[in-house]
Amino acid sequence: MAEKKSLGKEFSKGLIRENPVLRLVLGTCPTLAVTTSVTNAIGMGVAATIVLVCSNIVISALRKVIPSKVRIPAYIVIIASFVTIVQLLVKAFVPALDTALGAFLPLIVVNCIILGRAEAFASKNTVLYSAVDGLGMGVGFTAALCLMGTCREILGAGTFLNGIQDLLVLFGDNVLGGWNGFDFNGGLSAVGLQPITLFILPAGGFFVFGILMALANKIAAGKGKPKAELHGCAHCPMAGSCAKYAAENETCEEKKEEVAS
Amino acid sequence: MKNLTVSASPHVRSSETVTGIMLDVIIALVPSLVASVILFGFRSLLVTAVCVASCVVFEFAARKIMKRDVTIGDLSAVVTGLLLAFNLPVSIPLWMCLVGSFFAIVVVKQFFGGIGQNFVNPAIGGRIVMLVSFSSAMTTWTEPLTWRNGVDAATTATPLSILKSFDGAISSDLPSLWQMFLGIRGGCLGEVSALALLIGGFYLLARKVIKPTIPLCFVGTVAVIMLIAGKGDFTFVAYELLSGGLLLGAIFMATDYSTSPITTKGKILFGIGCGVITSVIRLFANLPEGVSYSIILMNILVPHIEALTTPKPFGTVKEKKNKEEAAS
Repeated sequence: MAEKKSLGKEFSKGLIRENPVLRLVLGTCPTLAVTTSVTNAIGMGVAATIVLVCSNIVISALRKVIPSKVRIPAYIVIIASFVTIVQLLVKAFVPALDTALGAFLPLIVVNCIILGRAEAFASKNTVLYSAVDGLGMGVGFTAALCLMGTCREILGAGTFLNGIQDLLVLFGDNVLGGWNGFDFNGGLSAVGLQPITLFILPAGGFFVFGILMALANKIAAGKGKPKAELHGCAHCPMAGSCAKYAAENETCEEKKEEVAS
Repeated sequence: MKNLTVSASPHVRSSETVTGIMLDVIIALVPSLVASVILFGFRSLLVTAVCVASCVVFEFAARKIMKRDVTIGDLSAVVTGLLLAFNLPVSIPLWMCLVGSFFAIVVVKQFFGGIGQNFVNPAIGGRIVMLVSFSSAMTTWTEPLTWRNGVDAATTATPLSILKSFDGAISSDLPSLWQMFLGIRGGCLGEVSALALLIGGFYLLARKVIKPTIPLCFVGTVAVIMLIAGKGDFTFVAYELLSGGLLLGAIFMATDYSTSPITTKGKILFGIGCGVITSVIRLFANLPEGVSYSIILMNILVPHIEALTTPKPFGTVKEKKNKEEAAS
């Protein structure tokens, strides 16, 4: 198995083709809850990516030690340890992000993406591949969150990257020279417009989520395995139990046999 | 025997068309449009024109982009635009109308497959998006008939928000019942004039476009609940029935074919449900008006109502009994 895989592919599959949020529809709860601003989306994405990479590495390293009957509790313990580390780090160094994300930071423990990758990938692959898989999935998750956050923040609040200074507080108190994100509200109200509040409400989150999923499906439709093209009776879900379909297929096989003979 | 042709059913066809029905609805909405122009001035005509035009353009563009047949000829987009405009205050900024039309036509209607496939009433969907997004602009009510004096900013409260503080006595701030009936009160474009709405409603009934079941059950339920809530005060009931968008919603929006049940029993359930939710929101919730939310909630329940009220074909027996018979 491992020979056929390339590290680049393992990384890039998480971006669009198997994007955890938009294609696999995992981790939708934090996705909908924290994407009201790009700043929160970046914070959530980075935190989840760190946990994802670390837990993938440890789980794949221990994959032969963990008995399969108790694998889920074992995974949860490993994931929870990393979440606790990340949570305490965020609390210590980026307190504003901790306030903004609230309960969703500790809830990374039960984020389906992390447990899903542990179960589907890290438990079957080597440490290096698992780390790359985790990184790709984490970057895909972060990118999807940022995309949603961008749409929702610009349309719903009329700002972009608002509160970015709070996120970068790690690198100094005034790292961007006092700049704290764009604010279009002044310009909007000057021409008589105002943001569409719906987009920062949960309903708007679902709306943006749906559109982005449709776009991701559209982009991914051209990649990956070509779809099996079905025409006529083969298209029908009842084909398996259909006498007519069986008869037609039989004639085909018979014809082939005739040709072969 | 040569004159007999063998063909698949249906054999009896009606001359009714979607376009014809939609035209009837448009005709039925004209009295309300006239009333709104008299009451709120020519800006109401402008708001209506923008809503109708944008709905038609969005429908055309959406069908073109999705590579489907263009269906603007069936006039359903015009009806949606009219109903959306009738749910807006006259002072609404025009660009907000475009947002509402986009949601009504593209999101609610075309994303789900176009006419007949929309899961809720498009106009109400558009209105609720606007109400949630632009709450202050959507609840700024202009005093009727002040437009003649050239006064711009004469705002007023709707009768419903005055009724909200009902404590056994009718407030003197309320317009008289006769004014309420004619529509001389604050409110959305098309909802204020009960007289014009009733004219339109009777036209639709006479043309057999709608059946009276849903409107009667809807309004009746609200009346009964308000009679209990007002401790038997009929004036209070009359005010509740004439205020807000109750008549507009009951006659024109709750009766939308694709989002209301087919069966009579289902229609009764649907009407009662709308009435109960409207009354509960009016009496207990923070919002003054609940007609649009009640209709949208019941729209979503329609498939379940239809599953509950599917008529039993004549002569069939319940499956349970069959099993018992088989066992014995």
